[in-house]
Formats: sequence, C-alpha cells, structure tokens
Amino acid sequence: MKPATSKTQQWTAFTNDYGMVLVLLVLVIAFSLLTLEQMDSTGADAGREVARLIADQYGDSAVVVVVTGQKDGDEEFAAAAVAELQQANVTAVSSISGSPPQAKKTVAAAVARHGRIDAIAATGDSAKWTVFDRVAGVGGEKCVSVEPRKWPKFAKAENILNVANQTAVYAIVAIGMTLVIITAGIDLSVGSLIALSAVTTATVIQMSGGGNAGTAAIVVSCVAGLLAAAAAGFFSGTMITAFRVPPFIVTLAVMLMARGLARRITDEESISDLPQQFRNIAGSTEWSVLGFEFGIPNPVILMIVLYIIAHLLMSKTIFGRYVYAVGGNAEAARLSGVGVKKITLIVYTLCGALAGLGGILQASKLSGDPKLGVMFELDVIAAVVVGGTSLMGGQGRIFGTLIGALIIAVIKNGMNLMKIGSPDQQIVLGAVVLIAVLIDTLKRRGAGS
Amino acid sequence: MLNTLPLLQMQGIEKSFPGVRALSGVNLTLQRGEVLALMGENGAGKSTLIKTLAGAHQPDAGTITIDGKVVSLSSPTAAIEAGIGVIYQEFNLIPELNAWENIFLGREQSGFFVARTQERKRAAELFGQLGLEMPLDVPCRQLSIAQQQLVEIAKALSQDVGILVMDEPSAALTPQEVERLFAIIRDLQARGIGVIYISHRLDEIFEIADTIVVLRDGQYVGEASARDMTREQMIEMMVGRSIEDEFPKQAAQQGDFRLEVLGFSRGNAVRDVSFNLRSGEVLGITGLVGAGRTELARLIFGADARDGGTLLLDGKPLNVRSPQDAIFAGICLLTEDRKSQGLVLCRSVRENFGLPNLKQFSVCGAIREQRERQLFGEYVDSLTIRIPHQDQLAGHLSGGNQQKVVLAKWLQQNAKVLIFDEPTRGIDVGAKHEIYQLMNRLAAGGTSIIMISSELPEVLGMSDRILVMHEGRLKGEITDVKSATQEQIMEIAIG
Repeated sequence: MKPATSKTQQWTAFTNDYGMVLVLLVLVIAFSLLTLEQMDSTGADAGREVARLIADQYGDSAVVVVVTGQKDGDEEFAAAAVAELQQANVTAVSSISGSPPQAKKTVAAAVARHGRIDAIAATGDSAKWTVFDRVAGVGGEKCVSVEPRKWPKFAKAENILNVANQTAVYAIVAIGMTLVIITAGIDLSVGSLIALSAVTTATVIQMSGGGNAGTAAIVVSCVAGLLAAAAAGFFSGTMITAFRVPPFIVTLAVMLMARGLARRITDEESISDLPQQFRNIAGSTEWSVLGFEFGIPNPVILMIVLYIIAHLLMSKTIFGRYVYAVGGNAEAARLSGVGVKKITLIVYTLCGALAGLGGILQASKLSGDPKLGVMFELDVIAAVVVGGTSLMGGQGRIFGTLIGALIIAVIKNGMNLMKIGSPDQQIVLGAVVLIAVLIDTLKRRGAGS
Repeated sequence: MLNTLPLLQMQGIEKSFPGVRALSGVNLTLQRGEVLALMGENGAGKSTLIKTLAGAHQPDAGTITIDGKVVSLSSPTAAIEAGIGVIYQEFNLIPELNAWENIFLGREQSGFFVARTQERKRAAELFGQLGLEMPLDVPCRQLSIAQQQLVEIAKALSQDVGILVMDEPSAALTPQEVERLFAIIRDLQARGIGVIYISHRLDEIFEIADTIVVLRDGQYVGEASARDMTREQMIEMMVGRSIEDEFPKQAAQQGDFRLEVLGFSRGNAVRDVSFNLRSGEVLGITGLVGAGRTELARLIFGADARDGGTLLLDGKPLNVRSPQDAIFAGICLLTEDRKSQGLVLCRSVRENFGLPNLKQFSVCGAIREQRERQLFGEYVDSLTIRIPHQDQLAGHLSGGNQQKVVLAKWLQQNAKVLIFDEPTRGIDVGAKHEIYQLMNRLAAGGTSIIMISSELPEVLGMSDRILVMHEGRLKGEITDVKSATQEQIMEIAIG
C-alpha cells in the first residue's frame, strides 16, 4: 500500500488542530461586520470617549467644560461625558446644552472661577462654533471631539473584554468537565457545586464578620468553598469506581443533593453582605495580594493560567496519558498497569474542585446565592463538545474546550448586540452543539473506513 | 451440468481509499461446487475484495460477473439478491434474538403469529439438512461461538446463496468443531455452492480447498490447484520470499526455577493448578477453548482475583493483587484479544507503547517525549513495525502490526516472565515467524515464557515443555516435545 499523500494528511491534521479556531475567527469577523454601525460624534458613547481622551491627556486636575447643542443625542453626550469625567476624578467640570451664546457664558464663568480652561468636550457640531474665540484665554483649539465614523460594536475593546470575562467562569469549570469526558464519563453536578461552593464561602465569611471580614477570613472561606465542592466530586468518584454506578446517575444524584444542601445552608436566602476585598477577586483587574495590575479582569487571567497548566498536565505528564488511556480503553489501561480507579477518582475530584473555584468567582461577582449555576452544567458540556472532545472518551484537547467556550460566548454576545431575543438564541446554540457533534461523528466515520 | 460458465468472475478489480491503493487489478474465478482459498498476509487486500463482493465497497474499476451476467453490487441488499452470502469474523447476530429470529431478521413474513411458526419450522429444516442439532429457542448470546457460526451459515442458506464467503471461520473453533465445519462445507460443495474460504491456518487450506488464490499488497500474485502446491510455495507467494523453517525453535539454556504456581483456583474456571517454570524456558499451555488457559494467565497476572493459591517468583512468595503489582514484579501478559484488552485503539501507537513504561522515561511525572520516541523508534526498526509515523492511531493498523506494538510495549519492561496468550492469532505467516524468532531471543536472554495457544503445530514447534488443560485442571504434561504428536495432545485435551 502506498502511503497517503502528505498534502491531504497535512490538511486533515490542520483542520483537526485548528478547525475550531477558524470557526471562532469566522464568527468574530461575521459579528464585527454585522454589528458595524455609525458612531456619531454625539450620543452617550461619543461623550464617554471624549471624556476619556480628556482625562488621559490632562489628568484629574483638568478644568473642563462640556458644551453641546440641543439636537438628538446631545444631552446624552453631556450626561455621559460628565459622568465619565467624574469617575476619572476630574472635579472642575461644568456642562451646558444650549445655544452658542449660552455656551459662551458658561465657558467664561469657568475661566473666571478656575483662572483657566484646559479642554472643551464638544460634539461634532459644537466643536465648530466660533463663540469660544471670543472668551479671553480660550480658543476653538481647546475643543475635543470625535469624528463620526463606522466601527463594529462587537469589536470594541470593552466588549471583547466583557466576552472574555463572561466566558472565564464557564471555561474554568469546563476544564474539569473536559477531563471527566475524556475518561468517557460525565458530570452533571457542576452547576450545583458552583452554588454549594458559593454558599459555603459566603456563609463562612458571614460567620467571620460579613462585610468587615479580614484577609485571613476570606482565604479560609474560599478554601472551605473549594473543599466542599471537591469533596462532592470525590464522593461521585468513589461511587463510580467502588460501586460501578454509571457516572450519569451518580452525578445526577449529586446534582440534586448539592443543590438541596446549598439551599438548606442559607435557608434559601442569598448572602450579599460581602467585603470589598472578596468582591475584588472577580470584580477587579488587580492582584491585590501579589501587587500586580494587568488591566485584564482577574477571572480572565485565572482562566488563562489554569488552561496553560491543564494543557501541560494533559499533554506532557504521566497523569494526562493515563486519563486518555482510561477513557480510550479502561480494560487495556488496567492490564497495562494503570490504576484506573485512582485516576478516575482524581479526575472527578478535580472537576469538583474547579466547579468550586467557579462558585467562588460567581459569589464574588454576584452573591452567595443558592440559585447560582442552574443549568450551568449544560453550557459547560456544550463548550466541551463544541471544543471537539468526544463523548466516547479517550480523545479531546484542553485548548479545544477554551475555543468551544469562546465560540458559545461570542455567539451569545453577538446575538445580544444584534438584539436577537433569548428564544432565538437558544435555538441557535442548540444547533451549534448539534453541528459540532455531527462534525465529530463524520470525522470519526471518515477515519474509520 | 449444462452450464459451463463460471459461477463468479471478478476481473481487474481496483479500489483505492484516500491515500491507499487497496486493490489493483485483482482477478478471481469461482466455479460451482468449488472451495477457493483466498490467501494473503494481513493488509494484502482480502477484506477489501470481500467487501466489494458483499456490496459494502464499490470498486473503482473492474467487472463482477455472476453466471455470465455482469452485475452491479451497489449495496449489501443487491449482493444478497445476487446470491452472495458473507460470514464475517465478527458475527452479525443480534445477541438477544434466538437462532431462527436471527435467520429471518429483516425478512419476516407478514401475519405475525402464522409467520413465526412457519419461520421456526423452516429454520428447523435448514439445520436438519445440515445434520445439526441446534437449540432453536435460546437467545444467540447463550450459544457457543461454533453454534453462532452455524446460525450464520443457516442464515446464508435460507437466502438461497450460490456463493458463500467465509472470513476466518475457524479462528475461534476447536479442532472437532473445525472438522464439523469442514463436513458442512463439503455438503455445500456437493449442492453446487461455491465457497470462498479465508484462513491463516495453512493446514486447513490444504485440507478443504480446491484452488488457492494468493494476494499480496493489493495485487493478484497467482493461483494454483491445492493439490499441486506445497506449503512452502504458498508461503513464498504470500510473503514474497521463502521462509525455510516455519517454527525456528532454538532451545535456550535453562536456569533455576523462576516462577512457581501452587494450587491456583478460581471458581470452576481454574481448579487447583500447580506448575513451575525455569528461566529461559518456553512452556506451552494448550487445551480446548474454555479449558481455563486464559483464566489461569489472568490469575498469574493479577487481572482477576484468585480464590486460592500461592505464587513464588525466584523462590520468594509474591502477592499479586493487580496487574500493576505483577508488572512491577516483572510478570507481563500479552492478552489474547488485542483490540479490547491490549491496545487503546483511539490513541497513537507511541502512547500505547509508553503506557506501562512511562515511569522509565519521565521526571517527576513529566514525560520526556523525545526519549519515548527514540525508544519506540528502536522497536519499530527491530520488529519491523509498518507505520507511517509514531503518532498513527493504533486502531488503524493491521493485526500483525498491532501485535508488534503490544510486543514492543511489553519488551520495554524487560520482564522476567512473559505470558503470551494466543500470540499469533490472526497474524500472517511473515509476522508469525518474526514473533517465534523473538521468543527464541528472549528465552536465550533468560526470560521465562508461557505460550498459551490453540494451534497445536505452534505449541509442538515452539515449546520446551507442554501442559495440557481440561475443564480448569492441568490434565497432562509433555516433557519430550520432539517426539510428541498432535493426536497425543488432543487425547489429553478432550479429557
């Protein structure tokens, strides 16, 4: 037999490795084009942007006047600009939405009060007014405005960061799910474990002072949340390995029990009296303990770090090899000296622990709510499947799951921006999962013959 | 007979799969009442040829003629309508249905109750014609492999086949069952049915076949009457070179007792078995299927728990509770069933090689992949494993190459005791020879070998000593292997 031509082989390898990345790129481009819209020089978005430009250039000691006319969007421009400037700690701000003479009066008043003026935040129209030249020490060149242009809503930096931030928790939990599915198992309990962990963490914080709890108390409570979820995973693993109960049934039972437990712990209440330091875990871009500041939300950084670790674990270590072998053929693995039960137990425990971590992040973002994570497991499984991990076990990639999670998040976000309603979104996401499995099946059939 | 046209003629059959030329210009002519043996090493194209005949594959070129008429076998249904029946190695029976339900599956006549009675009667007739007793009303999963095969044959006959293809029908049968199969084939022959028979057991070919057709690397090499051909000639045609000695046994220097098995038992499968094994010795264990040979091997390897018994390795008691323990102590088992027990088919050959050996080339749990590639590469060369690259999926290899990957994986363990369970089942002549030579080398190096096999020529040809099992017990021991005969072993094995 002649060897297969290298070109087809390369192409197959390429699509296997990067097919889903291509899909993700296509989606990003498609949504960018679909959300392309006119960015006016007025309106709330423009106001915020102008305010940011000014704050960046002059700092918080700037003296600023916001000047607009009275057309559509002008008042929104003014309000957004003022709000944004205040957030940047710029205090010397005055604002006027009116005719040029009124504007002149306001500018003059500001100069009289502060002795100078640094910038005039203006819309495209008001920047062309000539009245500013007639105030001493002020000229038209003080005007800061944005040009009207076309820009995709989707591809805005804040939106991309938003997508990444929303993906982070799903993606982190999906790491554990990927491992479980590679062993040819399933874990339906992750959504409930998120609630269990969140509630446990919040309850321990509440017991140690609630909103005033210190760093040590926060660390202890996070460890408690993590351990609670990991213990549940360990329990599932034990049932599966020691008593050979099918994973689907075991984790279905744990899903119900953990949810019930979470509701019982807080008496169905949501715990929201949490210290700012705990809020910062998921809510800021700063690693306060380590003293780093990346400008990227913490969950996203955590997600990236965990993915790198998981990738190395699965591709470069004995443990990873064993996980694949257990899923591919448990009996052959056992007869090769692999401790199949031990590996399975570790995998379910890890999956529980990662769900626990997801719970801590959700609690930090929202609150210690026993209703957190309902139906979460389905989105996570969808991410894993879209990422190319086979439900038959033995095959799958960690980074595939990350891509899968991003694909789902991008589709959701893109449809939101296009103002597509939730029912239609569900239909589309269902179809996406189906197509992903279909591709996997066809690939398998192609490889089989 | 007036009709002198050949029953089946395949001419210039070509078939390519993406990247692989599976068949190029294959010819085959089958007469009425002829048994034609289709021979060739694994990967020679026998299965592909049969699948074109079964309508499962469409040939890219060439014609298939039945009774002088060109036919298009565009689907399995078309093939059945053309009178072609195929019995694959893996049977296509529904385990929960009984014999006659399986026979008429998909062809049930309307009128539920009436038809069922008729079908059952018709099935009884079919088995009657074959001169067989068959429990008609038990689910097929309760039938023995030989009985299941007979159900397949009856199913084919019920479809009025003119051509019956049998792929490795004897692989899982005992010698008596094979004899009965041959009697049935001769009966079919007498009825004018043409039979295409595929087997790796050369003895059988010469016993049953009229004509031998040899394929190699997807090409038609030649054909001859079975009477005019010698075993050596056929092997040469299949392998493309001559193999002088089918069993190249070289007795190695034997040392001290390596393994002592005392009173091993597990239920009814293994009953109070005791034996010992010296270093450098090749111990053949044989018996009928179900005699407890595989079960004994699994007990020694710790794959199953034993009810009782002691194991001594190098004179010291050894507590083996799992394969992990056994491997650590230096006992390795090459399982009989490569696909379900020996390999993880959806992972690469290199990963399969590494599975029991990872600790040898890793630091703190991190695998040194380069070292792994290098070590496996040495085996690929020395065992001549035919793979395009080390990341090839194990499931994509032919049987012989799969067995070599399994061998490589255990050889890297440098085991003290190697248990081979049916080491050459489903493997072609060339690869068999290489495995025998490897056994010689291992024994010469002091490794103790237990070779479990149903193929008596192999057991006689390669063992230093032979143990025969019957119904879970050790029934006999043959120390003078050179003067032993197959009949002598069979007599003990039957009990």
